[in-house]
Amino acid sequence: MPLTNDIIKQKLEEHFPGQLTSFEEPYGLLTFEAPKDINLKVMQFLYDDPTLKFRFLTDLTGVHYPNRKGEELAVVYHLHNLVDNIRLRFKVFTDVNHPDVFTATSIFSSANWMERETFDFYGVNFVGHPNLKRILNVDEMDYFPMRKEFPLEDQTRADKDDAMFGRGGHIGI
Amino acid sequence: MSEQIEQHQHVKLPEGSIEKTTTTLNMGPTHPATHGVFQNILELDGERIVSADSTVGYIHRAFEKIAERRPLYQITPLTDRLNYCSSPINNMGWHLTCEKLLGVKTPKRVDYLRVIIMELARISDHLICNSIVGVDAGAYTGFLYVMQYRELIYEIYEEICGSRLTTNIGRIGGFERNFTNTAFTKLEKFLREYPGVLKEFENMFMRNRIFLERTMGTGGISAERALNYGFTGPNLRATGVDYDVRVLQPYSSYEDFSFNVPVGSTGDNYDRWLVREQEMWESLGILKQAYEKIQSFKGADAEVFHADVPEYYLPKKEDVYTKMEALIWHFKIIMGEVEMPKGEVYHSVEGANGELGFYLISDGGRTPFRLHFRRPCFIYYQSYLELTKGSMLSDAVITMSSLNLIAGEMDA
Repeated sequence: MPLTNDIIKQKLEEHFPGQLTSFEEPYGLLTFEAPKDINLKVMQFLYDDPTLKFRFLTDLTGVHYPNRKGEELAVVYHLHNLVDNIRLRFKVFTDVNHPDVFTATSIFSSANWMERETFDFYGVNFVGHPNLKRILNVDEMDYFPMRKEFPLEDQTRADKDDAMFGRGGHIGI
Repeated sequence: MSEQIEQHQHVKLPEGSIEKTTTTLNMGPTHPATHGVFQNILELDGERIVSADSTVGYIHRAFEKIAERRPLYQITPLTDRLNYCSSPINNMGWHLTCEKLLGVKTPKRVDYLRVIIMELARISDHLICNSIVGVDAGAYTGFLYVMQYRELIYEIYEEICGSRLTTNIGRIGGFERNFTNTAFTKLEKFLREYPGVLKEFENMFMRNRIFLERTMGTGGISAERALNYGFTGPNLRATGVDYDVRVLQPYSSYEDFSFNVPVGSTGDNYDRWLVREQEMWESLGILKQAYEKIQSFKGADAEVFHADVPEYYLPKKEDVYTKMEALIWHFKIIMGEVEMPKGEVYHSVEGANGELGFYLISDGGRTPFRLHFRRPCFIYYQSYLELTKGSMLSDAVITMSSLNLIAGEMDA
């Protein structure tokens, strides 16, 4: 019997009764939310279960939702079962003031740099990570640039000398 | 005694550097053997690597942040600059992601044209990687020889989109223009001449004693570790896992083509090289099939090169000047005033060096709420320490080039 989203959902709900929420299937990809303190339990269950076999971490990233009070930061995991060729996505949410989430490095070595990247851009503190420091930005940076409170430059701002930026005006002779 | 040394010391050495038996060597950020900007601080015992620390991010350009302010079609040029050895695959991957979000269905001919472009890009990427492995083993000739065929591939791109390296090729729904006859003539030339060249290139390395001894048994990894490290693409297949996105989750009508997925067994540098080599032959086969399929379209069908999506596909210029409707769409698209549907989508394509994924969240606005690129080489480069620990410094150089690391993709 091929593994389907319904079977995965049923298995998960049996093992974590009432804890997993927001089951959806946008564009056919099973998506759900988990409380942040059981993220590793969910991942380990998905990894170990003999029918689920989600043993490949495709992607790990962060998202900032400034309007979700108390759970502003999301960590999104994309897992892949290569045997049955089925993917799933799950998210954990955390408070932006105490962004502590357990690290997945003990299950997936690939989580190491992906978590460092998420820390670098969103400031998610991965508890237990072996080497949690910035990876793409400079070490001296004291903010988390992908958060929504840092908007990109307004392209219509008028307080700059356009000629210095190659827009409008005349340059040279 | 120690005071005397201090008096005559001209260079200030770090604490404990005289007593220690290992050497610290700084390879990179700009070093001819790294083929890109990344730094490796190696701890050497003689010529053996004891430990290594990698630093990446020297050319980080904040693409994910920039993308949050741009309408969809303006993000395509950003994807060019990820893996710039095969930008068309990135472009197509991005268009396919947008089409998935918007629910656009593309005509078969568009799919086949895209397959042609993507397979050409795959060949040009593998060609560079494999010949660079040769260069690092001391064989420059092969690299210079195959360059002219990469040039021919670039001429085909040029014929379609006007540029060569950072292509910005295609649009949401199809291509900006139909392929010209010159493009097809050049493709025919490529299909005619390239097999001979590839065979010659192969002969130069495949049974070459020096090359075999430099690559066999170095930089190897087991399938289990490779999966745990998130390897994808030729590097994973070299370990014996037949994971190929084109087969497992076909996009752009790859299910209509017949091809093999070559796999290795040891996951070492030689296996990686062989897998890429074999993939080029498979790509050639796909190209031939795609070209035949293209030729089977007759009459009006042979003129189809985009889907009918006026909201996202720029209208013809003469229509813009003469028709009200076209003018409105042209204005809205150029000014980025088209709202996209709310949704969350992950789409991946088989890039030249692994699974290239796009995770796009739209809140119903004109620009993405969040866009994340799953960059294959960023993920598998973290295994570099494990791959090179205990090996010779010169093997580490070959391992680095045979992993096909592209700094632009790693740093986004």
